[in-house]
Amino acid sequence: MFEATEINIRNKRIGKGIKFSFLLMTVLLATPVLIILAVLIQKGGPMISWDFLFSDPTNGMTAGGIFPALIGTISLVIVALIASVPVGVAAAIYLSEYAKDNWLTRIINLAIINLAGVPSIVHALFGVGAFVLFFKFGTSILAASFTLAVMTLPVVIVATRESLQAVPYAFREACWNMGATRWQTIYKVVLPNAISGILTGVILEVSRTAGETAPIMFTGAAFFLPFLPQSVFDQSMALSLHLFVVSTQVPNVPEELPYGVALVLIGIVLLMNSISIAFRFYLRGKKKW
Amino acid sequence: MTPKPLKNTSDTLDFAWYLDKAVEKLVFLGGISGIIFIVGIFIFVFKEGLGFIIANMDIAEFFGNPAWRPTSDEPTYGALALIAGTASVTGLAVLTAVPFSIGSAIYISEFSTGRTQEFLKILIELLAAIPSVVWGFIGLSIMNPLIIDLFNVPIGLNVLNAGVILGLMAAPIMTTIAEDALKAVPDQYREAAEALGATKWQVTFNVVLPAAKKGLMSAVLLGVGRGFGETMAVLMASGHSIHLPTSPFDSVRALTATIAAELGETAIGSEHYRALFTLGILLFIVTFFINLTADIIVRGKGDR
Repeated sequence: MFEATEINIRNKRIGKGIKFSFLLMTVLLATPVLIILAVLIQKGGPMISWDFLFSDPTNGMTAGGIFPALIGTISLVIVALIASVPVGVAAAIYLSEYAKDNWLTRIINLAIINLAGVPSIVHALFGVGAFVLFFKFGTSILAASFTLAVMTLPVVIVATRESLQAVPYAFREACWNMGATRWQTIYKVVLPNAISGILTGVILEVSRTAGETAPIMFTGAAFFLPFLPQSVFDQSMALSLHLFVVSTQVPNVPEELPYGVALVLIGIVLLMNSISIAFRFYLRGKKKW
Repeated sequence: MTPKPLKNTSDTLDFAWYLDKAVEKLVFLGGISGIIFIVGIFIFVFKEGLGFIIANMDIAEFFGNPAWRPTSDEPTYGALALIAGTASVTGLAVLTAVPFSIGSAIYISEFSTGRTQEFLKILIELLAAIPSVVWGFIGLSIMNPLIIDLFNVPIGLNVLNAGVILGLMAAPIMTTIAEDALKAVPDQYREAAEALGATKWQVTFNVVLPAAKKGLMSAVLLGVGRGFGETMAVLMASGHSIHLPTSPFDSVRALTATIAAELGETAIGSEHYRALFTLGILLFIVTFFINLTADIIVRGKGDR
């Protein structure tokens, strides 16, 4: 019979110690953030009311609500999605369905990684140089949204490519054998099977876009604009910038106000991410192949 | 009379065929859009910055002088203090984030299973989603008084504050990439080692970690890149004073924060405006090389 020797016992003890220390690291990583969330909810929670969400800021932004910023963020996100989703999905279709394993594909992949890695303030410089000045959009929702769209393009591309590649190759072969062209195959077989995965990526992009601040500071988001934008060529307020403004730029803001703004912003972002995650789990459960 | 030859004798030349070709071109355009945009960023940022580099920039002053005084009567554009600010904050962030990230990646990938693993992964993913302006606000409103109380210093917006905030921001990303790297190690490696009598931690330290070394290195690098390029959090938490830091309790100004703080006040096309684009060039080049290095480490030089 096997009997635990001293070495076995010692190893087991060391093993337990090591496992525990790694668990401790994980817990230590998560705890500060959970505490922070708790503080945000505790201090910002009482601010949240129907009135706060749906009225204009008053008294030089030291009182009132966040309605224009909320609407501004929603418009920025919508225009950015309209601009980036078609391009991103096309890029992903190319990379997953057409691209060969060659230098061009490698450069495209590198470009996408870099697009995601370039600092957001450099994206802002690009937005000012390209959209605001060169294409003469001025500081507008359009310029800000396009800047955001370029910045978040990698999110759509990566998510879409993954869900396209998750469709089994046999599906495509079966379709080609029926005499379908490549595009017919993609349109009728590949995309319908990948659409929910693509949606997950799009929701994730909404969350990224809503939270970004630096790229919109100089391209279209206004510090204070107590009315709603009428067209995409207007400036608008945005939640993320509003949080920056009320917490650093405006004197005599009551302490809870920025907590309330932060809570709404983080609420939107985490809600979007949770939907995306829940959606992913649902899909995983439903998958038949 | 001879019958006219049929136009479309080949059955490929119908509408579906043309549509297919058209879509192929269109999708190709989408495919290279990533390249177009990255080249576009390069061109538009360089276009403005290059004028400054050629006309006004003194390389020795730019990299050697800590005085960034673009608005004084005799403006000096020394970026040394800004570079030091970025370096100190990023350095501290990496020091705090790396042990925790690698540690939790190992725990998630090697020691946890089933629901715990799933839960931890979701938690990390949600942490990574918190916007940088919210982090900046946390540095401003929660960390600031905390640091003043704990260390008895006059101001809590400093290298320590920004570094810790940035570390907390970078950690989830590093954890995710590191965990992917560990997951990519084939299970056969673990099974083979276990079959030889190795314990769980011996497998982890002697087999899995060495095999995942490259992936872990690139995880750290991408974390560095993230910290280096972070703007809002650093702008709000680092305290905004342009000088060379000598202790973690000194306030600093980072490269990214300088652009964010000053771009709105400059006239388009002015010397100051173009100097800020030059800082942008510096940021672009450094992040480009960080990403390139991470990519080369993971994929190997030429082969895939």
